[in-house]
Amino acid sequence: MKHLRQLEDQSVYILREAYKHFNHLAMLWSMGKDSTVLLWLARKAFFGHVPFPLLHVDTSYKIPAMIEYRDRIAREWRLNLVVGQNKEALAAGMNHTLGRDVCCTALKTTAMKNLVEEKGYTGIILGVRADEDSTRAKERYFSPRDKHGDWDFRDQPPELWDQFKTTFPPGTHIRIHPLLDWTEINIWEYIKHENIPFMDLYLDRGDGTRYRSLGCAPCTMPIKSTAKTVDEIIAELRGTNVAERAGRAQDAGRGMEMLRKKGYM
Amino acid sequence: MNRGFIERVNHMTQHDQTKPQESLNIVIVGHVDHGKSTLVGRLYADTGSLPEGKVEKVQAICRQQGKEFEYAFLFDAFLEEQEQGITIDTARTFFIWNGRQYIIIDAPGHKEFLKNMISGAARAEAALLLIDALEGVREQSKKHGYLLSLLGVTQFAVVVNKMDLVGYRQDVFDGIEKEYREFLGQFRAVPQQMIPVSAKMGDNIATRSSHMNWYQGPTVLETLALFKKEQVRSEQPLRFPLQDVYKFDARRILAGRITAGRLKVGDQLVFSPSNKTALVQSIEGFNVDPPQSEAQAGQSVGITLDEQIFVERGEIASHRDSIPLVSTAIRVNLFWMGRRPLEKGRKYVLRLATREVACEVAAIHRIIDTADLAQLQESQAVAKNQVAELTLRAKSPLAFDLSSSFEATGRFVLVDEYDIAGGGIITELVHDEQEGLREEARQREYAWLTGDVRAEDRAAQYGHRAAIVLFTGSAQTGKTFLARRVEALLVADSRHAYLLEGENLLQGLDADLSAADPSFAAERVRRYGEVARLLIDTGLIVVSTSKTFGINYQRMAEMIRTLVQPAPVIAVHMSRAGEEPPPNTDLHFAGPQDFDAAARRILEELKRRGVLIQPSGTKSTIQYSI
Repeated sequence: MKHLRQLEDQSVYILREAYKHFNHLAMLWSMGKDSTVLLWLARKAFFGHVPFPLLHVDTSYKIPAMIEYRDRIAREWRLNLVVGQNKEALAAGMNHTLGRDVCCTALKTTAMKNLVEEKGYTGIILGVRADEDSTRAKERYFSPRDKHGDWDFRDQPPELWDQFKTTFPPGTHIRIHPLLDWTEINIWEYIKHENIPFMDLYLDRGDGTRYRSLGCAPCTMPIKSTAKTVDEIIAELRGTNVAERAGRAQDAGRGMEMLRKKGYM
Repeated sequence: MNRGFIERVNHMTQHDQTKPQESLNIVIVGHVDHGKSTLVGRLYADTGSLPEGKVEKVQAICRQQGKEFEYAFLFDAFLEEQEQGITIDTARTFFIWNGRQYIIIDAPGHKEFLKNMISGAARAEAALLLIDALEGVREQSKKHGYLLSLLGVTQFAVVVNKMDLVGYRQDVFDGIEKEYREFLGQFRAVPQQMIPVSAKMGDNIATRSSHMNWYQGPTVLETLALFKKEQVRSEQPLRFPLQDVYKFDARRILAGRITAGRLKVGDQLVFSPSNKTALVQSIEGFNVDPPQSEAQAGQSVGITLDEQIFVERGEIASHRDSIPLVSTAIRVNLFWMGRRPLEKGRKYVLRLATREVACEVAAIHRIIDTADLAQLQESQAVAKNQVAELTLRAKSPLAFDLSSSFEATGRFVLVDEYDIAGGGIITELVHDEQEGLREEARQREYAWLTGDVRAEDRAAQYGHRAAIVLFTGSAQTGKTFLARRVEALLVADSRHAYLLEGENLLQGLDADLSAADPSFAAERVRRYGEVARLLIDTGLIVVSTSKTFGINYQRMAEMIRTLVQPAPVIAVHMSRAGEEPPPNTDLHFAGPQDFDAAARRILEELKRRGVLIQPSGTKSTIQYSI
């Protein structure tokens, strides 16, 4: 498990740098496996404490079990949970049938931008991983976003050794990515090693399917799988060549690049 | 060509099932268009490491744009990159082979994107450097080779690509090998291998080429397996740069990442540059059972100490037998990526491990042309993408190592405004005039004997920590008047404060000194500093002015600072008009003053710095502000 300890050491270092440099810091928590590992790493970094709020961008289309899990963990781990929602767009009837990119942008990107603006956060910690898709493979650990939340991937700051971009002009914010070097398998190995509680939606509960990636109910499809334990998930992943986010509709075509340029996570 | 590709994808069920025991960061660099992305694409395809969804997605985009599929497209993710056919930013991808996980960093070769190449290479434990057999050694081939060496990537192989375009001829390969080895030899860099390949055709990537029987060495994949995981860092002397101090619960935890060596419970640590010492009481952790009793290089840890010493982020903990260097001046090799040129005299922030300190460029010794390593003539500025040898002068003493002996504490970055604009390695310590005093202070701190009452006991009793408020400024600016006000205000607030008047020392302690002696001034300030150190050890807030040192106040104040280290110094400067205050000034009062308001402002600063801990009269457990 030496490689897991190495990944943990780097992520913990990044989290501590973030905590030291940002007075208005928050962590995005979608309750999925990645951001839950991220949350666990924060407890590692700060010795059982989570010294910043956790943000959940609620599209209202999440699978109900996710919300139950969220509230239980928040209570047990004494988390400071902040929920954001684009109520305006929802009131106007926003849903995925109006176009997936339109819906993602309104209910996730805009909802998050509003929350960041309202609360004045200057640092947002996210659980994105480089192996998820090609645009994320180009991310920095500390990645600036301009006043509109946009990402200028052409002109990213240099990141040398363990020196990150921690200073930024007023009105902009920094996205912090401590999980960049982790793979999907690393995430499950770590969940097993640390015995981290996770949602059973990721397991086959008897119908021969499980979720590999969790998002909104209408746009996230379960995969065929009989994996009933973390070990079985890991064994399955070692043999598969299907991309992790294949069940996520917004990734089709050039979707992710366009979404992320506009500030998507 | 798609057919061939799909066949390969189908092989992927033979995916390597071995559990990776370790991971290795590899960067791929070289001149633009020499085939880096193609090599990466080929490596993945031939090792069966591509997810199905990936290929289909890229093929669909190719069809949409009406162009032929290329291996390079697999990782050139952005539309813009595909349109221009170059890698803009560093991309990271992973594959597992023979029990090792490789993190492949594909760095751009175009010179416009040098800072991205550097970001990629700075993360690498080993590198592949590509040279196009048809084009030969080019500008960026040389620059990247030199920068790898500067960045500390000593483990690398040179891959001579596109051998298919030169008829797989050995003489072409030999020519490039000779030329490039000669270039690398100038800065003593030695490649582990030189490998002739064709990434496009798959020669010597994962399988041995049948076109180049004259080459007996390893393939690219075999070379990757030969790269060693660096382990020696934990065998070096301890370096533990302090990242932060936490007080989330009853524990006061010093957090940081060990960059070299090991530490264990019971070790005596010395913090530099403050010279504070304490024993490691525990290594803390969350969900770690049993608790660690030892930690080593690479690990992010938290420790508690047997004594609540005041130490700050940026200090480097070591064992006493091997402490880092300390100075305010260093000689460095630096590469510059800033939007504006690096200028002599301009102020930058230097970041070394977790330390941040203001600095300026004292001298630009030479600028190195990385294409031929020629020295350019003396210059007042370093332009973007240039490498230079400089002397940097920091505003306060810095603990560091030479990069030849320690990696992480021997390198630094410079921040210009909001951006990391340069990076470099430290090649020499430059002696400064504080050196003698610094050594005196260090030896004194090591040997200092105390009773059973500790500094935190005094602080808890007094309701404040010990500190020195140091007033500087030229004559007739009201220093003494304000210093007296501050002393009075503190005592009225039940604090233990004392005005140290230099003139008094002159009458007694300094009575044996002769003003005619050339060392008079230096010896006076030394004694003054030692007296201040003693008073601070009693738990007092010492209020002092530079008045007794006349016009030399600035130099003298720096010397006092060195001697009272590691006590908190609150530097107050007073001037008649808006003249520049000395370095490290905390508060500056210019022009006529409302002295009561100024004194209150100083008390505020003492609170902010954690010297005044709680309202007087109430006694509670001491809470350090950090």
